[in-house]
Amino acid sequence: MLRIDALQAIYPELEERIVVTIMGAVAAELYTLGHRPNFFYLEHAMGLASSMGLGLALAMPQHKVIVIDGDGSLLMNLGTLSTMARYRPGNLLHIVFDNESLLSVGGFPTATSTGTDLAGIARASGVPSVMEANAPDSLARSVHEALASNTLTTIISKVEAIGPKTFHMDLPLLENRFQFKRSLEAMQKHTSALDL
Amino acid sequence: MPVSVTNSRLIYDALKACDVKIMSALPETWLVHLIRMADEDPDMTLVRLAKEEEGIGISAGAHLAGVNSALLMQNHGFLASINAIVSLALLYKIPLLMLISYRGHFGEKDPWQTQGGMVTEPILRSMNIPIWHLNNASDIHRRLKDAQTLANASLHPVAVLLSRELMWED
Repeated sequence: MLRIDALQAIYPELEERIVVTIMGAVAAELYTLGHRPNFFYLEHAMGLASSMGLGLALAMPQHKVIVIDGDGSLLMNLGTLSTMARYRPGNLLHIVFDNESLLSVGGFPTATSTGTDLAGIARASGVPSVMEANAPDSLARSVHEALASNTLTTIISKVEAIGPKTFHMDLPLLENRFQFKRSLEAMQKHTSALDL
Repeated sequence: MPVSVTNSRLIYDALKACDVKIMSALPETWLVHLIRMADEDPDMTLVRLAKEEEGIGISAGAHLAGVNSALLMQNHGFLASINAIVSLALLYKIPLLMLISYRGHFGEKDPWQTQGGMVTEPILRSMNIPIWHLNNASDIHRRLKDAQTLANASLHPVAVLLSRELMWED
């Protein structure tokens, strides 16, 4: 499966959600499919997208948060799985695209290429729902199911180690940061207006 | 254990006065009472971390969601978090309120803490992170409030160093 096809298949589920991605190909491809103010691309700090997602999910329990992670990033912060599992916010969905490669820096193979099983690690860490989806339609179904379940879910999706032609995004990172914060404020106002 | 309950309570109350709702922590001796107080407080979300740098991500998420947070860690945890502070908090202008137990400084008996004690302040300074020392019970409230105010106004991390005089009753 190509990651861009996977992203295309789940884009309708992402559109209205709080989304945090890692840097590199994932960010560039999601941006190309259509940037939204509720999408945040963590352009550095590898490994921390899931921790940011946990902070967002705990701070905004009325809203769904989707983290789009990668094998290289997750391997840098495996402890995040045990921390997420410990607090298991039901509004957090953790998708991991596993291309078995540090693609953005030249395609060095990661440990998942030699047998490390991220789904197994997630299960053993206590993540209550772990799924594997390696085709666009099964991924879209898994995402839909996970969001409906109100259960912390990690989905591991094997994708090919093929990235976009360019990583360029016409979005300075601070613009993304302030726009994203404003967008979350608007979501919270909307929710509290509905509560009244 | 001669960790000061009284001063831990003052620090905890000061954090509550700062409207801190999420506290990330990795236990160390001086922080045991603070972590217990957070755990016993139904209005506080305590996140027990596997590694301190996760806390930088959690606080970044909380800030973007408009919620005040604080990080509790030992100075060695700060040292372990440097890339996260640089590549997330400084890069993205995230206000972080870091409460750091200042081990390995004057009075330290544990040899293994001493290297970290000697490099903590120089490294904080090299990162341009403002430092407040908490030494006296009398100024805990004011200093924590002022630290949070500066963090929010500057959109920059601040470090509050918890001293032996405050935390440890010999």
